[in-house]
Amino acid sequence: MSISEEAPQPVVLPSPRPVSPLTKFIRGNRRPISALVFFVVLIACFTAANPRLFTNPQIYNAVFVSLPISIILVVPLVFIVTAGEIDLSFPSVVGICAWAFAAGTRANWNPFLCVAAALLVGIISGFVNGLLITRVRLSSLVATLGMNFLLRGLIHIGNQGYGISVTQLRDTPFSNFFIGDINGFPVQMIWGTLFAAIGWLLFSRHRFGAQIAVIGDNQDSAKEMGINVERMKTMAYVYMGIAAAVAGVFSTLINSTFYPTTGDGYLLAVLAAVFVGGTPTWGGVGTVVGGVIGAFIVGFIETGIIASGLTGYYTQFFYGLIIILSLISHRFNQGRYRY
Amino acid sequence: MNEPPIIKLENISKSFGSVSALTDISMQVKDNEVLGLIGDNGAGKSTLIKIISGVHAPNSGEILVRGKAQKKWNVNIARAHGIETVYQDRALAEQQTITRNIFMGRERGGFLGFLDIKKENEEANKLMRTIGFTSQVFAADSQVYTLSGGERQGVAIARALYFKAKMIILDEPTTALSLTESEKVFHFVRQAKDGGASVVFISHNIYHTYDISDRFVVLDRGRVLLETDKTKTTADKLVKSMQDIARSGHAA
Repeated sequence: MSISEEAPQPVVLPSPRPVSPLTKFIRGNRRPISALVFFVVLIACFTAANPRLFTNPQIYNAVFVSLPISIILVVPLVFIVTAGEIDLSFPSVVGICAWAFAAGTRANWNPFLCVAAALLVGIISGFVNGLLITRVRLSSLVATLGMNFLLRGLIHIGNQGYGISVTQLRDTPFSNFFIGDINGFPVQMIWGTLFAAIGWLLFSRHRFGAQIAVIGDNQDSAKEMGINVERMKTMAYVYMGIAAAVAGVFSTLINSTFYPTTGDGYLLAVLAAVFVGGTPTWGGVGTVVGGVIGAFIVGFIETGIIASGLTGYYTQFFYGLIIILSLISHRFNQGRYRY
Repeated sequence: MNEPPIIKLENISKSFGSVSALTDISMQVKDNEVLGLIGDNGAGKSTLIKIISGVHAPNSGEILVRGKAQKKWNVNIARAHGIETVYQDRALAEQQTITRNIFMGRERGGFLGFLDIKKENEEANKLMRTIGFTSQVFAADSQVYTLSGGERQGVAIARALYFKAKMIILDEPTTALSLTESEKVFHFVRQAKDGGASVVFISHNIYHTYDISDRFVVLDRGRVLLETDKTKTTADKLVKSMQDIARSGHAA
């Protein structure tokens, strides 16, 4: 083959710069990783403050008793926030589903039938939320705020301030299956993790999550490409309703009682967990894993503060401080989008 | 080759209330051509493309697809005939990956709707190479906001082509772009044409439109002022006709 200087050089397309798989993983998961680092630092601080308590597995098991409820609630809320919406009604949905479960138990229904009743109530509540937001076109902030009062009001009207005891379920195979313990480790932690794992699959590896993200990112574009925005958003609220039902059942089982206030305490903690976990407020991106880590962070704050020797009066102050610090850490750890 | 044109408009008129946007428009888009749609602001360019893409229904006149008059016409029917519109700011979800944007609404779902992400990425990569992406940092799983304005247009064009668009309408694709970025868009348009598609290129920059187009339709105040081949005109002639319009407009 002779070499000619005039021979046209073949055009070589430069291939993408090789990136190591680790770099790629870190880049693609910077939000949950940042949340995880924050959690580790937090626990390290608590351990430094009270080494004896925080090296004892018992403290973790104590937190794990009710942590699964936050985990279960935070997962679908990540979907809703990613879709560019919000849900403030889930505490009351938890309550009304718990009521359905407890009322069924009092009537001596089969426990699984009671769970089905709770799920049905949750699905209907979520569906109504979805309709108000996508069909009646109310702002999700206001619509779900209204629903939160409305459903809590229904609970109070129906119960006149009284709770429903479900002690007959205590130590039954049903109860042990869902909230028993293995060497002190609460079984509900396994259920919570399973729920979160399915949520992660739906969010990152399923059409549902992909479409939710696109809707939150650019709703016009999603419509343009034939995505049924109304339906997908309604499905996200139904998902939230299902989670609220599961959370309501767990809460009732753990306390052996349905209180008319069941669920109330989770509003700010779960909302905070979403954002502390790294899901931004503007929609289009979110992280289920981050949300779960956020639930861990929020879940350990109170225990940690008390264990560090401060009184309960400090709890809210440190709640606020830790939430703001974690958001600042995300702020410096995000890609250049919007900054 | 004597197949009727992809789309032909006959005596289309459209008014919004008492304001007449288009009057008696007749034009066509042929196979495998780049048609430049030129006109000043308010000439009726966007109304015309919205009628072609099915967003607006005309008040009177006929739309013919491959010679067949369409009784019903909307976005879905237009899309089913392979007519896709790329709006500059509505096209892409910027925080998503290129792959997600290409498969938006048409995700490759396998078992129970779970995504075949590896296959989607592979196909997106192949597609980006065909359309002429040469940027070194590009990969199908990069997020769209990391791309330049011209490259984003390329992603939208690639998406339309992947889903078998026969005709792509580009609404002001170069308006907000620098010269080098516009060059990228022209490159993508040429690739789309080489791939067999027709492109309707809308711009009020005549020089941009002139370079890329095979044929021109000049609109003025809702009417077709001129429909001509590139071989029969020059950019300067087109500019002059636009200036004449502007002058007559001021006189009137």
